[in-house]
Amino acid sequence: MAGPQVKVIVLRTAGTNCDREMVFAFSSLGAAVELVHINRLFSREVRLSDFHILAIPGGFTYGDDIMSGRILANELRIRLSEEIKDFVHEGKLILGVCNGFQVLVRAGILPGSKSSSGNLTFQQTVSLSNNDSGKFEDRWVHLRLSGDSVWTKGLDEMMYVPIAHAEGKFVVPNEETLSQLKKNNQIAFRYCNTDGEKGGYPVNPNGSIDDIAGITDPTGRILGMMPHPERHFSPLNHPAWTRKDHLSHLGQGANIFLNGVRYAREQLLGKTQVAVAKG
Amino acid sequence: MSADQRESRAEPAAWRVEISEKPDAFDALGERVHKDVLDLGFKNIHRVGVVQVYTILGAVSQTEIEKISRELLADPVTQDYRFFSNQKAPNVKNQRVKIVEIAYLPGVMDPVEESTLKGIRDLGVAQVKAIRTARQYHLHGNVSKQQCGIIVEKVLYNKLIQRVIEQGQALARELPTKKTSSFTVQMIDLLGANERDLQKISQKGQLFLNEDEMKAIQKHFRGLKRNPSDCELETIAQTWSEHCYHKTFRGKIDFEYREQGKVKRQRINNLLKSTIIKATQELNKPWCVSVFHDNAGIIEFDEEWNVCFKVETHNHPSALEPFGGANTGIGGVIRDILGTGLGARPICNTDVFCFASPDYPEDQLPAGTLHPKRVMKGVVSGVRDYGNKMGIPTINGAILFDKDYVGNPLVYCGTVGIIPKGKEHKKVNPGDLVVVVGGKTGRDGIHGATFSSGELTEDSEVISSGAVQIGNPIEEKKVADVLLQGRDRELFTAVTDCGAGGLSSAVGEMGKDLGARVDLEKVPLKYEGLSYTEIWISESQERMVLSVSPTKVNELLALFASENVEATAIGTFTDSKRLELFFNGCQVCDVDMEFLHDGIPQITKKAVWTPAKLQEKSHPCPENLTEKLGEVLSHYNVCSKEWVIRQYDHEVQGGSVIKPLVGLRSDGPSDASVILPILGTKRGIAVANGINPRFGKIDPFWMAASCIDEAARQIIAVGGSVDRIAILDNFCWGNPDKPDRLGSLVRAAQGCYRTAVDYGTPFISGKDSLYNEYTQGVKSIAIPGTLLISAIGIIENVLHCVSMDLKEEGNLVYVVGATHDELGGSIYLDTYGSLGKNVPQVNARMAIKTFQALSLAVKNGLVASIHDCSEGGIAAALAEMAFSGGRGITARADQIPYTGKVKRDDIVLFSESNSRFLVEVTKSYQQKFETLLAGVPFAAFGRVEKSPEFIVYGLQQEVCIAADIQDLKEQWKRPLAF
Repeated sequence: MAGPQVKVIVLRTAGTNCDREMVFAFSSLGAAVELVHINRLFSREVRLSDFHILAIPGGFTYGDDIMSGRILANELRIRLSEEIKDFVHEGKLILGVCNGFQVLVRAGILPGSKSSSGNLTFQQTVSLSNNDSGKFEDRWVHLRLSGDSVWTKGLDEMMYVPIAHAEGKFVVPNEETLSQLKKNNQIAFRYCNTDGEKGGYPVNPNGSIDDIAGITDPTGRILGMMPHPERHFSPLNHPAWTRKDHLSHLGQGANIFLNGVRYAREQLLGKTQVAVAKG
Repeated sequence: MSADQRESRAEPAAWRVEISEKPDAFDALGERVHKDVLDLGFKNIHRVGVVQVYTILGAVSQTEIEKISRELLADPVTQDYRFFSNQKAPNVKNQRVKIVEIAYLPGVMDPVEESTLKGIRDLGVAQVKAIRTARQYHLHGNVSKQQCGIIVEKVLYNKLIQRVIEQGQALARELPTKKTSSFTVQMIDLLGANERDLQKISQKGQLFLNEDEMKAIQKHFRGLKRNPSDCELETIAQTWSEHCYHKTFRGKIDFEYREQGKVKRQRINNLLKSTIIKATQELNKPWCVSVFHDNAGIIEFDEEWNVCFKVETHNHPSALEPFGGANTGIGGVIRDILGTGLGARPICNTDVFCFASPDYPEDQLPAGTLHPKRVMKGVVSGVRDYGNKMGIPTINGAILFDKDYVGNPLVYCGTVGIIPKGKEHKKVNPGDLVVVVGGKTGRDGIHGATFSSGELTEDSEVISSGAVQIGNPIEEKKVADVLLQGRDRELFTAVTDCGAGGLSSAVGEMGKDLGARVDLEKVPLKYEGLSYTEIWISESQERMVLSVSPTKVNELLALFASENVEATAIGTFTDSKRLELFFNGCQVCDVDMEFLHDGIPQITKKAVWTPAKLQEKSHPCPENLTEKLGEVLSHYNVCSKEWVIRQYDHEVQGGSVIKPLVGLRSDGPSDASVILPILGTKRGIAVANGINPRFGKIDPFWMAASCIDEAARQIIAVGGSVDRIAILDNFCWGNPDKPDRLGSLVRAAQGCYRTAVDYGTPFISGKDSLYNEYTQGVKSIAIPGTLLISAIGIIENVLHCVSMDLKEEGNLVYVVGATHDELGGSIYLDTYGSLGKNVPQVNARMAIKTFQALSLAVKNGLVASIHDCSEGGIAAALAEMAFSGGRGITARADQIPYTGKVKRDDIVLFSESNSRFLVEVTKSYQQKFETLLAGVPFAAFGRVEKSPEFIVYGLQQEVCIAADIQDLKEQWKRPLAF
């Protein structure tokens, strides 16, 4: 066996459906990944503290009934709040993609308001609502990188990845919230055209304010995004790969996972007692 | 946030919570509804707002309802909530706003109820008993009562599943009736019944059994010297229904046809065995693992895995309730895959629909039918909802339009699954427990199987409303997740889905050779009050039946419980060869399995095939065909389906390689789609469909041949190989009791046999849906006999795949395969409103040669793009390649290999002859490519240009088409961009 591995928990529950490709992305990059049903966290059969990275994949948890991600968000907020507080407090990483982003936002983990004692308050302060088009859409979008996050460090200025959602319009309650996000460098990705510039629909596919496609918490260790980096993990996922002369080793989305695993390896391994893998 | 808080002494028994968008928030849902309202021509309505309504039943305090509203039901950033301590909606008097509230009818599945209940319990509020949801529409503007009625009818609701809640009316769930402790077994007086009585019994019970069948049942029970119970009769009706038994395909047929002026007769013993299955048997491919006896056909994928494929139809339910019909249709075919072998994992979906034109005149709609545009939107939403939520990419499909689908739209839903080798067979052992898993049982879909075995009439919507359902995809996703774990832990020995016929069909089928005993009171119910027969035949969705050894049952039940999926042992497989049902200890059914499965009287149907008397109409060939090309590209059958495709998640699971939309701007029409089932490997699967009912109107034999050719050539076009293509048949026809309908069905099946054998493409599974006729008074509209051929191909190395968009200026464009004088059934002739006569035929020997040469060229990396020529002929295919690649083209029609005597530009450019491809090749590969094509008709007839001009020279070497590719693209993209 090689030395200690970065341990990733990919969380799933009823309606999670982008879990396999998320597991594939992390494990292809050398992480030890466990796909865990939330009931196993509730029962304490699996402990969040045993992992370095928590990933919440896309899907339609609980059917997105009432609103996307709300029921899972409440489960995290109400039944796992202590574990999550500790996880965040220890400087570990969280990634939420699509429905996972919606969950993080509705649980108040992103953008992450904290109490004076520095603990997460689990208050929802921004939102993701129905696309202006009023429908679910699967399409590829260009993203322009901004912010300051361990997840996006060293990435190219632009990234090409697909979205697939009906509720991805990023909304803030007021100007102040938006300027806070900007000030804290919390905006990770913005939708843009092929030249990296602002554009209307479908460049901004859902009507998000300030073209926001993904945000981080103030530390940059928690990233949530509507587009799916795991769906551009292989260069063969690119919609026009047949037009290219040669293909790169990995797709553009892979770098996000690479960053996460690398950071965890360099910064978190050794700091945590890694429990012996069960069964 | 506002709250209408009323003083209350005790906690109210019900609350009403209303959720609306904040005044400054954009109401996307309202906007979408507004668009549909404007489509009706009601310009006076300037806005539509949507309010979500929850009625919460249970002794909940005001503090709790406040918490539920704030933390669960409303978004704190974008929404407001208010609640009322009695569940009635307040009366709003406002001339400028008309409020309409729509709720599901009691008993109709509303998946939101279950999740909301869960969400409330998560908040620590335990005393909520039930939830009912509704939606309010606020129509802003001076809305007349009449307008409002039309909007409700045409846009807001479907009376089969929903109702309008009047203002001030309570929305409470009708509380279920108490379980009656005593019941009597209903016996049906069959012994003393005369012919008329028998007919009455069949009709009254919605059994759809014919006279011979009723008599056979009577005879059987006379032998037993007793009457059957209602449950026994229902069980027999379900098992013998067209839907479950396929009487037409398995029965005897006297076939009469004309050949060279002479009338010939043929006796067919079993159409399925003598055509479709026969082809597979003769081909005897070693990679066919399991064909025609499981839920889906299974073929080999690689050393470790097999793949399975099934396509189903859900036509009748979709005609009545498009969303629910398509929703449960896709849900059903996914369960077929989950129930194949010991359970396969679904990896992609494919959907094909046939509708009447979206601009069908409203005033000419047959009574009782929904407008085709509404049907289309509903069907697409239904597929979108289920497929996306299940996390299965919808990677391929087709939509066709013909006026005769007005009463009977067709909805084909297909799913491919992957299953480890060694898991392809199931075995039920005596003593194994019957375990039902998944959704609970309600009154849903009673009589679905028998209902789909009869014609639709204008009364169908009233009589058969029980057959209409809404699915709950998350329930099925939960079942799938846990079922596959159970398979890998070897916790069950057999599995099948509960589809049409419900438990009756699933248990009856699994216990066919052994026998089964079921205690019906053990079946988990959605609500009390179901009779034993209802429990047995209910078609509630999202259920599967497993056969589980008693030594494994505890582990299995624990596994299902660990992910909150219901699993219950309801009986035992026996060795009694009888189907025995009990309800609270009392026997309600005791039928001999042999009679149940083999007692159906063999019927002989009459079939006649006479070729249609058609003429090749002669329209003068226009000198300039530019406008005609535009008409062809904007024809509903040809035009872009992007509006539909983008609503489907076609990339979930991460294995997408060739997408349904390809090219420079990701909006070109791909031929087949390719996915990688196992991430990180290079072996792929291509899925394609061939369908062309217009050809069938001329000759169903050549329609069948053309469909097989089309499906296969699309797979070749992305880089597949004809050696590894398996196909599925799916016949949707009119009433087979009418000899002409059956005659054309026989003819199509014969075309299937001949072509499949010649092409070496075995059938691995299939389906038929007959009686697709709509009767209004004395008039009957039959659908055009429609055959769908779905193909699955194995791609050895996806790195070799090609797409259809032109790549680079200077490249040569070849036409491969000969063009014949075959405008019959073409889109081009349809633009003149005519059908023609010269239907495209196939030359199998040449087709195989062409396919093999092209596969080799692709494998050797010689081609830059390939597009198959289908609807719209060479001209349409060439235009699609050009605008998808953002490149211009210059082409010469006089170079195209053409065999016809009549030399006309339009025939050469728009004929839909089979086995043809357009291929883009770099000049440096010209020689290698041409060498590979030796013996196949081909010609380099075009050149890729940098300028965006589309120029075609006609046979007289003068320009006959000149257009800008952007204009062509625009014409192709506009028609269905709703």
